[in-house]
Amino acid sequence: MTVQPGTMIEQRASFGEALVELAAENDRVVVLDADVCTSTQTHLFRNAYPERFYQIGIAEQNMVGIAAGMAAAGLVPWVSAFGVFLAHRAGDQVRNAVALPKANVKLSGGYAGLPTGRAGGSHASVEDVAVMRALPHMTVLEPADAVETRLLVRLATQLPGPVYLRTVRCEIPVLFPADHAVTLGKAVPMAQGDDATVFSTGMMTARAKEAVEMLRQRGLSLRHVHFHTLKPIDQEAIVDACRMGKPIFTVENHSVIGGLGSAVAEVAAEKEPCRVIRIGYQDIFLESGNDEELFDQYGLTARTIAARIESELHR
Amino acid sequence: MTTIAELQQISLEMRKAILRMANHAGVGHVGGSMSAADILSALYFAVMRVDPQHPALPHRDRFILSKGHCTPGYYAALALRGYFDRELLYTFDATGTTLQGHPDMHKCPGVDYSSGSLGQGLSIGIGMVLGAAALGESYKAYVLMGDGECQEGQVWEAFLYAGAHRVRNLVAIVDHNRVQLSSTLADGVDIDPLGQKLSAFGWRVIETDGHDLGQLLPALQAAAVECEQGPVAVIANTVKGKGVSFMEGQYQWHGKAPNDQQLEQAIAELEGRNAP
Repeated sequence: MTVQPGTMIEQRASFGEALVELAAENDRVVVLDADVCTSTQTHLFRNAYPERFYQIGIAEQNMVGIAAGMAAAGLVPWVSAFGVFLAHRAGDQVRNAVALPKANVKLSGGYAGLPTGRAGGSHASVEDVAVMRALPHMTVLEPADAVETRLLVRLATQLPGPVYLRTVRCEIPVLFPADHAVTLGKAVPMAQGDDATVFSTGMMTARAKEAVEMLRQRGLSLRHVHFHTLKPIDQEAIVDACRMGKPIFTVENHSVIGGLGSAVAEVAAEKEPCRVIRIGYQDIFLESGNDEELFDQYGLTARTIAARIESELHR
Repeated sequence: MTTIAELQQISLEMRKAILRMANHAGVGHVGGSMSAADILSALYFAVMRVDPQHPALPHRDRFILSKGHCTPGYYAALALRGYFDRELLYTFDATGTTLQGHPDMHKCPGVDYSSGSLGQGLSIGIGMVLGAAALGESYKAYVLMGDGECQEGQVWEAFLYAGAHRVRNLVAIVDHNRVQLSSTLADGVDIDPLGQKLSAFGWRVIETDGHDLGQLLPALQAAAVECEQGPVAVIANTVKGKGVSFMEGQYQWHGKAPNDQQLEQAIAELEGRNAP
């Protein structure tokens, strides 16, 4: 399905639809839910394939364990829940029943980061990537738009082991053309420039792209690279940017602890020391409120991202 | 068809292997392995449809050691059943071993799922039989659980789901030895009346002596048949450290291995040479 770049589409809808499309291609795919399907949009799968949809009830630990058993039996289970509950409530099960034995379980962490539909701090996961990245055998993916969501759902399903796919609830713009391709662990170049580099992931890539464009108008030339794969991270893309000798800015809908910024800093510090400035939530829990007002407050709108980059470069 | 007498002999061999393995390694959860020995004998030698020459046989019955720390018992059962050489038991917990402290499905032949973190096995068993049903298979999943383990919340999520959805081909066996790591269950958190709870959750409950194979075997055989109608829980009333007078009922023997002198005394008791 071809959609015009710039079209605003709820990423949760993209995910829900992607699963339905996937089910037609792969009869081993099943979906498990813990009573949030009408939020995460896996109810679309429930409608289309009721016999392949398993309502486990508000019991995330049991849900992840059941998925592990299903994978052992030969199914390809997609476990869909809010990211915060997969990372924590079912954290032991994700670690011990999925990651440790390398189970072929696909975890979808929806409602990631700030835009949870005003649910507030208890639901807004600022740390799910940190948790998942730290698990051996876990692949961590964060698609930027509707096109990538579909591609990464497919890619994740093809991978032979545990995957955590992170998406947001809200509307995000289509960024990529219909013929966009994704390769596991390969970052996507978005713009060339030599004053500094901007790395972004997930929904922040659209905002970072806009910020880069705004700064171009103000005379700053920035390289921009999008990371749909947070683990395994594209080390070559990072080292290449470090070699420019200019700062790297990272932008994510996540804490500055443990996510993209940390992953980049880990590689930079070890391979090619470079200044890494992490734009994200500064070790805080989030709050209820209007999404854009809060994004602005936390420095994660195109305007505030651009302002931060500009002020750092002109210091 | 394995007779009761044959199973008793197997249980005896299993208990000796458990103690020798743990003694050699210097570590091992002996108490809970000894309480489970008769259950393991009955399952692996009389009840479960398995083929040790083909551990990955697609339609084999599955076994999950949800009380994953009882690897001495599990590995002894697998060795005796022929999944690997008995000599390998002396590599238990050694560096680089295939016989890890908690079962690793990618290392030890015959292990259907890794375990270790308590409370998880029943969920995995549910997933296996739901997966089997989805793929047109009819194998069963036998999940061996501890009673202390039943203090974990996830266990009740699993009991609730399986009962509410009348999950078929699933048998939970609770090794009800009434002792946990640091105390008896009575001094910890008692789970009784367990049978009533599980019945209320929609499970068929069979209570049995966990050591008298004359009762235990028919109970497990009944479970194997009745689980085709809905989930079955076998509550096996057992004794922690069963078979060795100084271990029986003792929480101190939850995670301890016998030293050489204790081993000698224990073997003598098991072989009837020094009746307690």
